[in-house]
Amino acid sequence: MGRTLAEKVWEQHVVRRAEGEPDLLYIDLHLIHEVTSPQAFDGLRMAERPVRRPDLTIATEDHNVPTVLGPITDPVSRIQVETLRKNCAQFGVRLHPMGDAGQGVVHIIGPQFGLTQPGMTIVCGDSHTSTHGAFGGLAFGIGTSEVEHVLATQTLPAYRPKTMAIEVTGELPAGVTAKDLILAIIAKIGTGGGQGHIVEYRGEAVRKLSMEGRMTVCNMSIEAGARAGMIAPDETTFAYLKGRAHAPSGDDWDQAVAYWKTLRTDDDAVFDTVVEIDAGTLTPFVTWGTNPGQGVPLGSVVPSPEEFADPTARSAAERALQYMDLTAGTPLREVAVDTVFVGSCTNGRIEDLRAAADILRGRTVVTRTLIVPGSMQVKKAAEEEGLDEVFKAAGAEWREAGCSMCLGMNPDILAPGERSASTSNRNFEGRQGKGGRTHLVSPAVAAATAVTGRLTAPADL
Amino acid sequence: MDAFTTHTGRAVPLRRSNVDTDQIIPAVWLKQVSRTGFEKGLFSAWREDPTFVLNDPSYEGASILLAGPDFGTGSSREHAVWALQQYGFRVVIAARFGDIFRNNSTKMGLLPVVLPAETVEAVQSAVEADPTLQITVDLEGREVRWADEAAGFEIDDYTRWRLTEGLDDIGLTLRAADDIASYENGRQPWLPTTI
Repeated sequence: MGRTLAEKVWEQHVVRRAEGEPDLLYIDLHLIHEVTSPQAFDGLRMAERPVRRPDLTIATEDHNVPTVLGPITDPVSRIQVETLRKNCAQFGVRLHPMGDAGQGVVHIIGPQFGLTQPGMTIVCGDSHTSTHGAFGGLAFGIGTSEVEHVLATQTLPAYRPKTMAIEVTGELPAGVTAKDLILAIIAKIGTGGGQGHIVEYRGEAVRKLSMEGRMTVCNMSIEAGARAGMIAPDETTFAYLKGRAHAPSGDDWDQAVAYWKTLRTDDDAVFDTVVEIDAGTLTPFVTWGTNPGQGVPLGSVVPSPEEFADPTARSAAERALQYMDLTAGTPLREVAVDTVFVGSCTNGRIEDLRAAADILRGRTVVTRTLIVPGSMQVKKAAEEEGLDEVFKAAGAEWREAGCSMCLGMNPDILAPGERSASTSNRNFEGRQGKGGRTHLVSPAVAAATAVTGRLTAPADL
Repeated sequence: MDAFTTHTGRAVPLRRSNVDTDQIIPAVWLKQVSRTGFEKGLFSAWREDPTFVLNDPSYEGASILLAGPDFGTGSSREHAVWALQQYGFRVVIAARFGDIFRNNSTKMGLLPVVLPAETVEAVQSAVEADPTLQITVDLEGREVRWADEAAGFEIDDYTRWRLTEGLDDIGLTLRAADDIASYENGRQPWLPTTI
């Protein structure tokens, strides 16, 4: 019987297999940031262990950093960032600190440097590590104990998850983006739908996505509960990688491409679970509740808890409507927002900024609007294209690179009761600041919403 | 990691589904660089509500959390596990867990027990009727017992062995140091380095 892409990558990385034990998997790339690493480095020091492969490890500062120029004013955040600097210096790990041209959100910089390649195993103490699976590797988030384990051994013990195919048939209609697609997938299968699985996104609509769109889709695999998301590499992948700083070159490139072309699910391979979704029926999507599965088409209304047959889902909906201060039956287009955020590891890449700029060009925003590039390189590229001028002319704020308003760990937060349209990945209670209310949207919908002050699709303008 | 064999204690029912790790420990608590003091951050936003179940004095001292389905979804923050342990929990029982949370729990010796949703609800109701009810979670026997009832649960042999022995994963892996070195010698030549 044939093998799936996930099985091929897994098997390639088994260091040790023994009956009754998890496989010991080799890790090709370990990404580090300031939040989930300090206790791991402490553990190494206590046990007097070195970092086994500093040359397969890279660090950046992202979660705590302010997105306006200047030092970190919060002393607790500053200590965390300084701790990362000390740890990287002591253990010989390369770090891209604030102000460095290579600094950025951890899941933006890996692909940007060409460090993220097909067939690799990639981990990070961050659940959105699933982003890197867009290149056809196996990438997943880990906790701090496992960060320490990878630092010490460059391996992880793990049982192979089940496999799930998400077959996206048809073509995305004009104006419907990768973000709308993944929000629709999560609404369909639920926040637990992917639990225990590695998802492979397949089908015509997925093949037609750019690498950036594929990263947006894989990024939110974890919001469907999946351990990882993957897309088989193809010419789009190779074209994105060619010439990047850490991509192979010369003979190595030819050898690598020959291998990468084998990284596809065999025709006779069998997935444990198969889900189908028709891209052709999709429209811009938005969340109304407090988990990413609580989403509906933007053209519809806030659902009523009575629509949910399952009592658990019904009580979750009741609670979400109360927290979100929404009334069932309200058209989503009538929901007014205070703040718009474009950025994050989900939608902080250059294409996302271009999509927002296309809407904002020649228009004016009526809400507080933060446009935050995912990395310093994205910022530079956007400025070379003049996107920053478009944003500033529209009245939006053009910021420095960082996680910003995705997660409430830096100065970019919502005030209690404030409502946002956000291109990030989580609408959990308090995610963007205590008492804040989040609607997840695509960059195009975010920008259109900034123009009207209400949840708006670009076609409405 | 402390060994876990059998634990008996009182429980607290948390009748909410999809409790993500941002609720278990809000991000503002993640700025600490130590491993201690996270009990203060446990459910800190919800604990401001006097009617929140952890504020009910009848459940004070409970060491088993009876959670709704999809507990511990979202962020990979192991701080969620530390906060639960440092508050005094030894076991979380739910119908489904977020994968990363469940994995992090087993690394730290917080036992995640999966029981069918109806069983979790039955135990929740029993505890609500009598908050002093003692519940036994027997990892060696793979069984939860309360009043005159019992329910078996599944956990793989390896994880159970590691938890009952309180073994450090890194120490176990380093026994395979030769295998790791030999694998490294055969890695594809084009794979990137960060230096």
